Amino acid sequence: MLTVFGIPIQALLGQLLVGLINGSFYAMLSLGLAVIFGLLRIINFAHGALYMLGAFIGYLLLMHLGIGYWPALVLVPLIVGLFGMAVERLALSRLYRLDPLYGLLFTFGLALVIEGVFRYYYGVSGNPYAVPTLLAGGTNLGFMFLPNYRGWVVVASLIVCIGTWLLIEKTRLGSYLRAATENPQLVQAFGVNVPLLLTLTYGLGAALAGLAGILAAPVYQVSPLMGSDLIIVVFAVVVVGGMGSILGAIVTGYMLGLAEGLTKVFYPEASNLVVFVIMVIVLLLRPAGLFGRDA
Amino acid sequence: MSEATLHQERAAASLRLERALIALGIVALIAAPFFIYPIFVMKMLCFALFACAFNLLLGYTGLLSFGHAAFFGGAAYFCAYAVKAWGWPPEAAILLGTAGAALMGLVMGFLAIRRQGIYFSMITLALAQMFYFFCVQAPFTEGEDGIQGVARGTLFGIVDLNAPMTMYFFVLAVFLIGIFAVWRIVNSPFGMILRSIRENENRAISLGYSVGRYKLAAFVMSAALAGFAGATKAIVFQFATLTDVTWQMSGEVILMTLLGGIGTMVGPVAGAGLVVGLENTLATSGFPVTIATGLIFMVCVLIFRRGIVGEVYARWLGRKG
Repeated sequence: MLTVFGIPIQALLGQLLVGLINGSFYAMLSLGLAVIFGLLRIINFAHGALYMLGAFIGYLLLMHLGIGYWPALVLVPLIVGLFGMAVERLALSRLYRLDPLYGLLFTFGLALVIEGVFRYYYGVSGNPYAVPTLLAGGTNLGFMFLPNYRGWVVVASLIVCIGTWLLIEKTRLGSYLRAATENPQLVQAFGVNVPLLLTLTYGLGAALAGLAGILAAPVYQVSPLMGSDLIIVVFAVVVVGGMGSILGAIVTGYMLGLAEGLTKVFYPEASNLVVFVIMVIVLLLRPAGLFGRDA
Repeated sequence: MSEATLHQERAAASLRLERALIALGIVALIAAPFFIYPIFVMKMLCFALFACAFNLLLGYTGLLSFGHAAFFGGAAYFCAYAVKAWGWPPEAAILLGTAGAALMGLVMGFLAIRRQGIYFSMITLALAQMFYFFCVQAPFTEGEDGIQGVARGTLFGIVDLNAPMTMYFFVLAVFLIGIFAVWRIVNSPFGMILRSIRENENRAISLGYSVGRYKLAAFVMSAALAGFAGATKAIVFQFATLTDVTWQMSGEVILMTLLGGIGTMVGPVAGAGLVVGLENTLATSGFPVTIATGLIFMVCVLIFRRGIVGEVYARWLGRKG
């Protein structure tokens, strides 16, 4: 059997795939955090809760309305995005003049409430969400067995990340967004509706989290706690990448996911810790983050 | 009356109010165990000291740490382990917990102050989560069970802490020593420099202060006092568990401080009392604590940012928080 450093290559590739899947979610979530932070200057602690909300709405749509995976893939980001826009309009918009710490604290409270509500009604145990029939089974790639759904998650997350990047860097709406990040007053003076832009941005960030949630539903169990465990790791990812660049957030997400996968092969005990250890090393060597322009 | 004297008048009035509240508070605390279940008051006192230690950082230095549970819960583990595995007396074990928390504060603070503002908060949160994962896996914490059955022991070899009232007055002494330490730090020249960093970091730098060192010193002191509270809690409840090192615990101490009033001496104590009391009430009602906590957070941030004590100051003294 083929081995690398004494590890069978199948095991290595298997863990790398798991790492790539985790990395896909890190990338999508840190991308959303970076988009929101870029314009709103708010660290969205509720991002993990919105991700969980996405997975749960998908699950509830299936259970109660019989709406399957594919329509949910469109409906869930819409619902979570609208919810995000309502939150921005009703609450976050009142916090822009204050210290950014208040935004963090508010979204922390929001995360507790969302999580608390689902814990109250659905308990803490996970609910399985079946893989859609189209993507059931797997493909033998010759060197390893790839479950189709996992392959799809990687492809879909790449499409989402590249799509968002193109939206921000290449479209007119994106150029408004980038301009408003630099100087909101000036952009407002040019006749762009900046408050609306802020609402849409938070909605977009929330929709991205919701989409990540529904993509994650068949991979992990749908549970009220799935978001809060993830969000802290994503924060570490964001510290490593720096939130200055969208592309930086995406690349760092995949990289740290892979690093985690590799650690699972060579030293499983540390796999929970590796992202944080990398964060510490980056802070020591390059405090501004790998892609950061300092905050 | 000139603006300056008016300001002095108000500052003096606020100081008088603060002193009156403190005197009233101490009398109430001495009387409390004769009317209320002592364990409950001891829990409040431990959390109140924890919140004051946290406020030293947030309220007076302007640094929002999202990882203070690591110091509180970490010290509880160190203290409980020293008592159970090595048979240390309570005073030595508490000191060990405090020292351990200070050391952790030194390491975490050194890393976290390399970034500012919102990043600082995220780094402290991530580092505390790292410590949590460490505690889940490390053998000495006994995993999900925690360190159970920690003997309260005999203080200085003479005072038996197993009697509830003795234990209570020991905790009250710990609390007062801790609060006095915070008060001394805040009102020392060192504390003034911390406030100047909070108000305008760049100006403090241009005045020649090595801001990094001051921030780190404040971080270590805050961590040590949080550890002091956590270690004492371990002796009171005779156990140390994972609950005290979770990010929810870090959030809870933020809530206590925010609800009571950031940057006031009395605020975090009042906030801790309210939050602990509320949790006690909710525990029997079946309404989930997380939802209540989250809602209070949202309401506080939206319309009640000065907190209860800050609001009292503003109403009675016309002082802006």
